[in-house]
Amino acid sequence: MSAPTENLHSLPGGLRLPANKRLSNATQIIDVPVPTHLVVPLQQHSGETSLATVSVGDAVLHGSVIGEPEGAVGTYVHAPTSGSVISIEARQLPRRGEPHGICVIIESDGHDRRKTSTPPAKDRTALLAAVHAAGIVGLGGAVYPAAQKITQGLLSGIETVILNGVECESYITCDDRLMREQPTAVIRGLETLLDLTDAKRGIIAVESDKPEAWQALRDVGSRDSRVEFVQIPAIYPSGAEDQLIYLVCGQEVPSGGLPGDLGILVQNVGTSAAITALVDSGHPLTSRIVTVTGEGVERPGNYRVRFGTPIADVVAAAGGYNSNAHRLLVGGPMTGFALTDDALPVTKSCNCLLVTGPAVQLSNEPRRECIRCGECAAHCPVRLLPQSLYHYSSRHDHAVLAELGLKDCIECGCCDLVCPSHIPLTQIFRDAKHSVAVDSHAKQRALRAEDRYRAHIARAESRSAVVADAREQKKRAASADAIAAIVQRRRPKQSNDREV
Amino acid sequence: MPLLLSYSVDDPNRVTTVKFEAAITPYLRPSAGVGAVMLQVLYALVPAVLAHCWYFGPGIVINIIVATTAAVATEALILRAKGSEPIPAISDFTAVLTAVLIAFALPPLTPWWITATASVIAIAVAKHLYGGLGKNPFNPAMVGYAAALVSFPVELSAWLPPKMGDLDYTHPSLMQTLRYTLTGDAGVAFDALTRATPLDSVRVAFAESRTMSESAAAPWFGDFAGRGWEWINNYIALGGMWMLFRRIIRWQIPVAVLAGALIPATIASLISPDNFAGPGFHLFAGALMLGAFFIATDPVSGATTPRGRLLYGFGIGVLTWIIRTWGAYPDGVAFAVLLMNMAVPLIDRVSRPRVLGRE
Repeated sequence: MSAPTENLHSLPGGLRLPANKRLSNATQIIDVPVPTHLVVPLQQHSGETSLATVSVGDAVLHGSVIGEPEGAVGTYVHAPTSGSVISIEARQLPRRGEPHGICVIIESDGHDRRKTSTPPAKDRTALLAAVHAAGIVGLGGAVYPAAQKITQGLLSGIETVILNGVECESYITCDDRLMREQPTAVIRGLETLLDLTDAKRGIIAVESDKPEAWQALRDVGSRDSRVEFVQIPAIYPSGAEDQLIYLVCGQEVPSGGLPGDLGILVQNVGTSAAITALVDSGHPLTSRIVTVTGEGVERPGNYRVRFGTPIADVVAAAGGYNSNAHRLLVGGPMTGFALTDDALPVTKSCNCLLVTGPAVQLSNEPRRECIRCGECAAHCPVRLLPQSLYHYSSRHDHAVLAELGLKDCIECGCCDLVCPSHIPLTQIFRDAKHSVAVDSHAKQRALRAEDRYRAHIARAESRSAVVADAREQKKRAASADAIAAIVQRRRPKQSNDREV
Repeated sequence: MPLLLSYSVDDPNRVTTVKFEAAITPYLRPSAGVGAVMLQVLYALVPAVLAHCWYFGPGIVINIIVATTAAVATEALILRAKGSEPIPAISDFTAVLTAVLIAFALPPLTPWWITATASVIAIAVAKHLYGGLGKNPFNPAMVGYAAALVSFPVELSAWLPPKMGDLDYTHPSLMQTLRYTLTGDAGVAFDALTRATPLDSVRVAFAESRTMSESAAAPWFGDFAGRGWEWINNYIALGGMWMLFRRIIRWQIPVAVLAGALIPATIASLISPDNFAGPGFHLFAGALMLGAFFIATDPVSGATTPRGRLLYGFGIGVLTWIIRTWGAYPDGVAFAVLLMNMAVPLIDRVSRPRVLGRE
């Protein structure tokens, strides 16, 4: 139970962001009432969309399975309250990329009756299966199915489990409040993860701007000698997975690789608490803590929200919008994205709803040309050269972009914020990644088409060769026959002559 | 008002959903813009301008006014011709900074047409012919200055003596300065007013087989590199330090430029102190200090990677020392900068940092 804070490795780049945490971290977590209708997406995790296991008209209980995994990466989806399925249809979702996804729409019966559940058995296989069945995903924002992340790590062996309580984004405080209010659940979740993975070290990393959460965790402590507490300097983006690993362990996750390649498993503190809830009661994951904050909302704070609750209902529980409301963002101001409609549902990845006020305005100065000042490179946490990426993105030079490491960009947004020419670099890099993907897709299709064409030509050639061969033989045979025929015809003549 | 409210059909007073305008993230106030950065660079030059006025009279102020007018007018005309609005582009102050640096490079007594020509070449040829802000491979101020230097070598080598209480020189009055700047005729013998720069004096002294210690004993020499000059360079260094402190520039280029010039200067003067000027002289004479903090740090034409900036700066420093020691011109900062500008694409390519998680 040491605190090797002094052994931290320092991250290249990064930024000290305006924290804006005080706005929402002073009050207790409040439950948002169950809405009349819940829109529960069948894909709230990274991986493939789950298959609906209910039909329209079915009655469900709180915790009933309504979706089961399909494909390599996936998880279960549960009904967040009791009621009946009134529709299964595509709805707009708060996410990047494909905006629409299949949702199960549940009309609440107002009783919130829970499906009876029993705590899972303590052995490793049963526990891992229970984590999978409970629909637990990474609640830090990446929403990767937890059981699959653990299983993949187990294949190569896990030495270290890092619990991510860094929460380095501006405004977001859901992990902060969770660690303050349920430190035991967080620590016990880590102990469970250590037992599950047989890891030698378990590290809880908390950013230094959360003294209350740090104190709460230290007060509870752990009897497990493998558990360590580490304080991380408040520099964005030290809470990003690869960055946190580098800070704590000094190891670099290989480009295109996974933390598992280093024998490291990272889970968010919220995920850890969800595992504890599962171990204690057998309850699946049907809600999460959401920070509702910003200058445009009446009562900023943290709220426990069932998945599928419309954002409008969550904001209403937080006192509604005030006259400052300007933009609605899901996630933090750095990595989040703006929504145009608050009817969309809260999903497993929604850690924050930020209603900005007009004070958080982008500069009025116009966007200018890049002056190659290199501030972006000085702040890049993966040591990219955003100025060069920008240059080659505008030329669509995908070969150089690959060489410069476009795919290693973690889209943290630091470069945007320091750019004196106010170029939306992160968005440009997202678009460039997309165009590279489209391009390689098109290239693969072209390659397949080329293969098909070559095969076609080869077949045609061999066919024509066979035909030509046959014709040749036929010709030869024919000419032989003709000669024979002539010979035949002449012979009697000759003999006739002789006879004559 | 960015919000669009839709109301419930059953109860027209109840808001059901709220529509917002879209936005791209990150959604936090970004750092200061190009204009604000360039303004701070200009502020950092104020102490040096004042010192310049103190030692060499009001000439630099006239130069700044002439150069800025020419530069801004040229930029406005070109932007107009390109069909874009000139005001937003001019408000980035890059043209003003280019003009002020040209004014610094020119002698305090320079006829206005030379100053204006240098500015016009800097903005029209070196900046806008290449595509404008961010596209120019060469430092515009140095292109303008170098063009003036090779076109008007006599006018550009005639500096004024510094005003020091114990040195008995003739100094032009404000009216004489103005008259000379506007007409090229000061009303008195020009030779009575002007002097060679310390760099030039030392060069001539070496050519006449006088040793460095003989030059250093001359009354104009001061402590390191010419009275007045040393002080102006102190104020330039002060401005540079302030920019470093404010993170307007990064340390790599200034440190590398100074190291690039001072390391060979130190070695040479240790080996042969009579035939080579020492590091103190090189540091405080001429434009090395201005070059290190204000000219080589031009982001557009310089290297952008941390290691690349060290290479780039070191190259400028070494070339400056070489040109000063063996070249045909007394100072070499402008040519050194332009030569290294050409190497920037190569430097940036070979000095890419290793991306985290990659071999």
